[in-house]
Amino acid sequence: MKKVILTIFIVAYTITGFTQDLSSILDKETAKETTVVSATFKGTRLMNGHSIETRKKGVFEFLISHRFGRINSGTYDLFGLDQSNIRFGFEKALTDNFTIALGRNSYEKTYDGYIKYKLLQQKSGEKAFPFSVTLFESATEKTLKDYAPENKPTFANRLTYTSQLLIARKFNSNFSFQFSPTYIHFNTVKKSVDSNDIFALGFGGRMKVSNRVSINGEYYHTLNPFESKSTQNSLALGIDLETGGHVFQLIFSNSRSMIEKGFIAETTGNFFKGDIHFGFNVSRAF
Amino acid sequence: MKTLYTLIFTLLIVSQVKSQDTFLTKTGYVSFFSHSLVEDIKADNNQGVSIINTKTGEIVIQVLMRSFMFEKALMQEHFNENYVESDKYPKAIFKGNILNFEKLPNEQSTVNITGILTVHGKEKKVETKAILQTTSDEIILRGDFMVEVADFDIKIPSVVINNIAKVVKVSFEFHHVPYK
Repeated sequence: MKKVILTIFIVAYTITGFTQDLSSILDKETAKETTVVSATFKGTRLMNGHSIETRKKGVFEFLISHRFGRINSGTYDLFGLDQSNIRFGFEKALTDNFTIALGRNSYEKTYDGYIKYKLLQQKSGEKAFPFSVTLFESATEKTLKDYAPENKPTFANRLTYTSQLLIARKFNSNFSFQFSPTYIHFNTVKKSVDSNDIFALGFGGRMKVSNRVSINGEYYHTLNPFESKSTQNSLALGIDLETGGHVFQLIFSNSRSMIEKGFIAETTGNFFKGDIHFGFNVSRAF
Repeated sequence: MKTLYTLIFTLLIVSQVKSQDTFLTKTGYVSFFSHSLVEDIKADNNQGVSIINTKTGEIVIQVLMRSFMFEKALMQEHFNENYVESDKYPKAIFKGNILNFEKLPNEQSTVNITGILTVHGKEKKVETKAILQTTSDEIILRGDFMVEVADFDIKIPSVVINNIAKVVKVSFEFHHVPYK
């Protein structure tokens, strides 16, 4: 009897034993995987500012962004909708890590060009790396004729440069956080008390509420704001909606400009007094 | 008592998969193809891992969802982020048996395979025919079968319902070599 039981036991064990062993071989053979963490953010913009994301090689992206007037301007301006400024942008991904772009913002009639380069990528698995780093470099030219005829600025005088190190970590599939140290150089400032060099720290994140919707927030703290005018730190809150090849971003922000030097250094609205601009970014990738 | 020891010893020996009985590949090819009136979507994976036990005909296959390569990068991102949720369910696994494996003539033959396919955390029984070819140093297995997207609880939003087929064709080809 004992023998019979044992034999049954052996047969049963042997059959299950094989499966376990095939699976354990498989686990052993696949343990050494390293995967690049992708889709830290849905779009190349967090809100006003850039996210660490760049598009894959060959992708051409067209962006249209709007910022309306202040919500607290009341019914006369239909809560700001009467005033609108727009930015068109074209981005081309030359490689998976390198993007070049051109755009124009109707606010102060500003042209902007920038490059984005992915320096480091967050990885999980065998050779894990905790965060991603993207370098952002932009040059902008303000062409608004807001000067006396005899004081026409030269081309160089109209330029402003922005450098950012975008550092982000995708903590889990729902939550990502970005830290963005920023340096802005104005070739010309209005008053001599103002510094030509502005430093700021950006913080932002996203929280996914479903596979295709996330809530985003972004805050830029300026370390040495302009002395001659009272500027505010830039705050933006909004939602990302993704459908097929589009990403829609709905934004509420105290900043009016859609260009780094504008929203980081020159924001004047106070978010908590209702100086809020509603706006959206729409991108279409080809 | 002696009998017992002998039995335990035998058990230990038998339960080890001997190396010459195990064939493996880590560069197996798996692809899927979705045909719809709007567009065709195809993704290839060349990092499929497949192991065969030639004693029993058992087979275990595993593919990483993130290793599927699409023509469009954005499609690939949506596949991983929105459809198969690769962060939560990183692998597709097939565990099954090649029926009558020991009775196969050498060369080339059509075999029946049955087993459980796990994708997106959902299990589904799969039965398919495949071509098995044995050479002096390789066991080649290739074939294709159809899977219903709905079986794996993969939700397709109504906006793109016409872009993605309800039944997707999965093709595979594995060149197994002896596992050492």
